[in-house]
Amino acid sequence: MTDLSVDLGFIKLKNPVIAASGTFGYGLEFEPFIDLSLLGGFVVKGLYFSPREGNAPPRLVEASSGLINAIGLPGIGVERFSEEVLPRIRKHDTALIVNVCGESDEEYGSVVEFLDKKEGISAYELNISCPNVKKDGICPALSPEATFSTVSLVRKISSRPLITKLSPNVTDVLEIALSAQEAGSDAISLVNTFLALAVDSETQKPKLANVYGGLSGPAIKPIALRMVHQVASRVNIPVIGMGGILEGNDALEFLIAGAKAVEVGTANFINPEATLRIIDELKEYCQKKGIDRIETLIGSLRT
Amino acid sequence: MSGYSPARMTKDPLARIVGKESWRDYFLLRLESPLIADRSRPGQFIMVRVNAHHHPLLRRPFSVHSKNGKTIEIFFQVAGLGTDLLSRKGMDETLDILGPLGKGFRAEAELKGKAVALVGGGRGIAPLYFLAQELRSSGAASRIFYGGKTQADLPLQNKLVDQGFDISCSTDDGSFGFRGFVSDLFKAELEEYTPERIFACGPEPMMKKISDAARQKKIPAEFSLESVMGCGFGACWGCVKRIKRGDGEEWVKICEEGPVFSAEEIVWGEEEG
Repeated sequence: MTDLSVDLGFIKLKNPVIAASGTFGYGLEFEPFIDLSLLGGFVVKGLYFSPREGNAPPRLVEASSGLINAIGLPGIGVERFSEEVLPRIRKHDTALIVNVCGESDEEYGSVVEFLDKKEGISAYELNISCPNVKKDGICPALSPEATFSTVSLVRKISSRPLITKLSPNVTDVLEIALSAQEAGSDAISLVNTFLALAVDSETQKPKLANVYGGLSGPAIKPIALRMVHQVASRVNIPVIGMGGILEGNDALEFLIAGAKAVEVGTANFINPEATLRIIDELKEYCQKKGIDRIETLIGSLRT
Repeated sequence: MSGYSPARMTKDPLARIVGKESWRDYFLLRLESPLIADRSRPGQFIMVRVNAHHHPLLRRPFSVHSKNGKTIEIFFQVAGLGTDLLSRKGMDETLDILGPLGKGFRAEAELKGKAVALVGGGRGIAPLYFLAQELRSSGAASRIFYGGKTQADLPLQNKLVDQGFDISCSTDDGSFGFRGFVSDLFKAELEEYTPERIFACGPEPMMKKISDAARQKKIPAEFSLESVMGCGFGACWGCVKRIKRGDGEEWVKICEEGPVFSAEEIVWGEEEG
């Protein structure tokens, strides 16, 4: 019997597979396809305090083995989320993580203050790294000071564990990760999408209305793995790795590189059952290799 | 999420190709997928995985062209890598599909005995064939207006005629039927003909013209919109359209609340299409 559970310290997951924010709706969208209770966890779409419209279309364009999106974080806001969605999704026996957004440190704080009074949330993932919201992809995760400021403010307000989601669009991701750790983050998740551009040579226009978007999918996996390895080797808090995981083997690579758990994103669009297939493939791998506890694989990269 | 009931969509990883036809760059595939066939209604669509590799990454959306027992058909024009790969699939190969997705046309029994118009531009004829079949069985009197760039862009014309549908065609170059856009053909017909309902699918400028004509004549009209889609089932927020809701406008997911919207709801783009 293989033990797939992983202990993040602040929470124990039944397996290391978490559905990533922005690719899993509010969870409800996947109920027709999978039993959410089988997941290690899932992260609901980023929430600002108030409802938001998101960007004008086109919002999506494919790239080689990848997807560039500029959705712009549309959402229903914390009140509707708490009233209409949370009561329906907290019944699932899995870690329910809310991705928290803000235009300012204060907004991050007010989202967490509001949600802290609601039952059924396991942790917050601070989305300080969405590249599609402000011009040129500006967000707190681009500087250690801004990261420290946001995380430490929310730390004071939150009664729940904080996972800080980092951007890969930086020179030194480790510096940002250490800043988040110092500010009291309980875990780091990385990477968010890579700031990207797609050009239509026919019209000489950008293919996305927002001009820039965030690249995800298998195209980014090797860079994401490198960043996860760099960060996981040096921080003292758990790292949740993501970037282009489509199959069980991709998830294994992140665990071996040092991630305690993984998030699965773009794969959910292609196959709404992708997370469950990945869990099955992790189990098969462990059985084939005679691994009793998947945790023994974490950070096992032989360099 | 309002009024959204996704419980009936399902994934069929082994929909077998049991029929294939082609005309130049237009293709029709018949897929055996009993559950999805049983549940499909006109105007709904499926998401098709065109290969098992990483490129192209996303599924492709296709409206259900018809259904018959355990099979559904999709009709498409090669427009890029995804449709090109799909067009190369052969008999007995299997496809991984999701469906039926979205909400269909609001063609109810109340149209029995009434005159209705179906206007298809190019590959926009795809969902209208299924609708025409349903309307025929519910006793509505349909007229189909079918337009394309040239005669070769009207591959379904013979089938529609053979099945006894009342069909009028247009071509941009005049190689068959009315010379000009199908929207112009239809507007000319509206001078002496007043259907109770209009259903249309095609390029956005064409649908906008039909929407304007319908509004002038105060005829209710529904449009099936096309969009790039990330998932097809409401998770990615990628396929939005400006839609009137209450006193305002919102970006609404085409996959979830559409792909069919009424003329009153749609805010047509200025330069899209």
